[in-house]
Amino acid sequence: MLRLFPFLFFFVLSLPVFSAENDAQGESELTTLVGQLPSTKLNKMSTLIEKIADTSAPQVRAILEPLIAGDLYYLKSNKQVVSVFKNSDNQYQLTDVLNAQALPTVSKSAIKKVRTNNRLRGQIRDLLANLDLSSEQAEVRISALKLLLDKPNQAGITAVNKLIKTEQDSEARDLMSAIMLVEQLENGNDAEKLSAAKQLSSRLEPSVKNALVSELQKIPASQQGGPLKTELTNAVEDIEQQISVFKLAENLFFGLSLGSVLLLAAIGLAITFGVMGVINMAHGEMMMLGAYTTYVIQQTFPSLIEYSLLMAVPAAFLVSGFVGILIERGVIRFLKGRPLETLLATFGISLILQQLVRTVFSPLNRQVEAPLWMSGSLEINPVLSLTYNRLYIIIFSLMVFFSLLMILKRSSLGLHVRAVSQNRDMARALSVKSSWVDAITFGLGSGIAGVAGVALSQLTNVGPNLGQAYIIDSFLVVVFGGVGNLWGTLVAAMTMGTFNKVLEPSMGPVLANIIVLVSLVLFIQKRPKGLFPQKGRAAE
Amino acid sequence: MDTLLKSPMIKKMSSLHFVIAILFISTLYVTVCNLFFAEGSAMHVSNYTVSLLGKYLCYALLALAVDLVWGYCGILSLGHGAFFALGGYAMGMYLMRQIGDRGVYGNPELPDFMVFLNWTELPWYWAGSDNALVMILLVFAGPGLLAYIFGTLAFRSRVSGVYLSIMTQAMTYALLLSFFRNEMGFGGNNGLTDFKELFGFSLQSPTTKLALFVATAVVLAIGYGISHFIVNSKMGRVVTAIRDAESRVRFVGYKPEHYKVWIFVVSAMLAGVAGALYVPQVGIINPGEFSPLNSIEIVIWVAIGGRGTLYGALVGAIVVSYAKTRFTAIMPEAWLFGLGGLFVLVTLLLPKGLAGLVTNLMDKLDPPSKDKQSESDASVKNPVAENK
Repeated sequence: MLRLFPFLFFFVLSLPVFSAENDAQGESELTTLVGQLPSTKLNKMSTLIEKIADTSAPQVRAILEPLIAGDLYYLKSNKQVVSVFKNSDNQYQLTDVLNAQALPTVSKSAIKKVRTNNRLRGQIRDLLANLDLSSEQAEVRISALKLLLDKPNQAGITAVNKLIKTEQDSEARDLMSAIMLVEQLENGNDAEKLSAAKQLSSRLEPSVKNALVSELQKIPASQQGGPLKTELTNAVEDIEQQISVFKLAENLFFGLSLGSVLLLAAIGLAITFGVMGVINMAHGEMMMLGAYTTYVIQQTFPSLIEYSLLMAVPAAFLVSGFVGILIERGVIRFLKGRPLETLLATFGISLILQQLVRTVFSPLNRQVEAPLWMSGSLEINPVLSLTYNRLYIIIFSLMVFFSLLMILKRSSLGLHVRAVSQNRDMARALSVKSSWVDAITFGLGSGIAGVAGVALSQLTNVGPNLGQAYIIDSFLVVVFGGVGNLWGTLVAAMTMGTFNKVLEPSMGPVLANIIVLVSLVLFIQKRPKGLFPQKGRAAE
Repeated sequence: MDTLLKSPMIKKMSSLHFVIAILFISTLYVTVCNLFFAEGSAMHVSNYTVSLLGKYLCYALLALAVDLVWGYCGILSLGHGAFFALGGYAMGMYLMRQIGDRGVYGNPELPDFMVFLNWTELPWYWAGSDNALVMILLVFAGPGLLAYIFGTLAFRSRVSGVYLSIMTQAMTYALLLSFFRNEMGFGGNNGLTDFKELFGFSLQSPTTKLALFVATAVVLAIGYGISHFIVNSKMGRVVTAIRDAESRVRFVGYKPEHYKVWIFVVSAMLAGVAGALYVPQVGIINPGEFSPLNSIEIVIWVAIGGRGTLYGALVGAIVVSYAKTRFTAIMPEAWLFGLGGLFVLVTLLLPKGLAGLVTNLMDKLDPPSKDKQSESDASVKNPVAENK
């Protein structure tokens, strides 16, 4: 026995060499197996395909992938198996599947399809996924492992069993151990099952939970207690508890993202309505203009979609701000001190702007592209994933909020704005040009609405009615937070958004919306000055 | 013209007589011309025109309701469409039940949409909806109750001015969303339609349509009478005083919120009746009637006609609705431009509306004594000064 050791040692060392030999052997085996493809009947195909996959030759993928797509043919003349690609001239380009050599194009009548059915396709897909398990790239391996965890098959599990020892990537190894544990849970003895259940209780994948639940159901209900049953029950409960925590976290995230949309919509209004006291019913249309500015920019620079949003933010600010100043100079300044008339006149303006957009663009919704960096999501675990566009909008709304706060608190314009809104006469006496300040403030509020429109263009349809959907909500946010109080607006928007999304799973979006509306109306009736009322003489 | 306006008969007539006389004459004219002149005759008024006019009169009643709260009490309601629609739904429920087994599914008890939703019995709030008396009660009670609850909550906590306007808008928006839901039991998106008959008369027959038109005119006249009576009563004086100086009224010892709730409820009921008359004439009621845009359109009728005059509301409603009918037929694109422009121009240039123009004209023809003019000015001037 001892004398065998050096030999074994040699054997192990020579493994790569040996496997190269093995490859050559596999090659010839593959050639024979592929040669059988044209003549095999459908009911025998399953075993044949499995054998082909088992050779684990590099060509396997080149054979199986066309087979799923229905592009695997053979030449009628010599039964040579080829994959077929139909080019734009309606010619059939052939490639030999074994040596990847291009063959001369032929007509349709010279080739015949290798037949498959749906059951086979499913099997092939699994086999291909197992091939991915030993891929070079970690991401491919991980996605294949996730697939395997969802739909376990024997070949895959055997492969994982082999690969787990050499796996370098920690996430992949984690998944592999989960797969092995599920396998152990299903087929092991009681002690193995027990330890598997214990270890699986921290996993969140739905298939793990299903495996635990089905294992639990296998135990007859009459059987009292038993360590396995308790362990399984505990594991399922653990998982369910964790899932519910993460679901709540997800709802909170949705709530914050809705809240930040509301914040964006309301923040401009907090300036025009809150600080200046002007009821601007056309505020929603300022957002609509911002969204359409984004659309126009994307149409003008189709090659710069990735940067379109960055360009759209200042452009939308200027467009909406300019329109805002026009409205202020043209209409609102004549209606000072007559809030109800201002409401009506600006409502008229909103109708005109909507119709203008309908006439210029179209009554239909316009498609605004999302840049690549906005799509996709940050996957934290199998239950919780945060989409990037919502994440960015939360950040963006906070940025807008704080820069506005800085403008109002730190800049000289902000000083003038606050002075005029608190005591117009005194400000004028100190040589503040109140009418100029009015125009600029209104422009600022409208411009911010335009910026909000850029963000909204990424979330909702860009159409003439975009603004209307938000106008009531944004007024409620401003009033709820306390007029003239930016921090109040922030708190109110986030509260409303979260409240809405937390209610949503149990009662549906419409009812949640209604309940939020009604409770807000009730709240305002209780505290007409909002969450954070302004104090002092200026407030009266 | 000059002598006519100055003639003693005209001067003695109050606006009440004037409006009722005009209503009576035009209704009579339309009826006669519809019934006794053959089609094609120059004097003939088509059935289409009759139902169109009936619609306008419903709008006029609705505008009257808004003028009562806005023009006389300073409450700018952007949610009166909700009361109108509730009245309409009350009528719609009755009409729905009158269909009986003539619906598509032939269920004698359940309206079609409930059969479609696999409901087996009527929801509790549909109980008695096949009874005309219950329907009439609902037309008043539905909008009245909503107005009472909303008004009590809002006015007791002294919500006023723009806040109130936005809250009324939120109210109608919330109702819009709820009525869109199928679970609500009011036909969801499609609303209630396919009506067959009212009180046993087929809704398709021209005679019923004419009768509905006349009935609307009569109800409008009664509504006008009631409103006229209210605004000229002692209570109405208090209400006007609240509009002009709410705190002063309170300090004198009145409770403004009671008066406000009261006038709000009356106005909501008027709007409900208008809705109930509207539905059989147009043959459908759906959640679209709750849309905030509709409510705001009512306000523009009143603003254009001239608020705080009652007759101005009627004129405004009819003129704007007529313009809308014409405009949307000729160039539908331009209507919203026109409507939006009207909002802006009227608030900027015609704060007293068409009625203000007429008064100015009359004053020029026959200048009133000095103190009288200042009094009438004070009543319209800046009714919302306090409602900041």
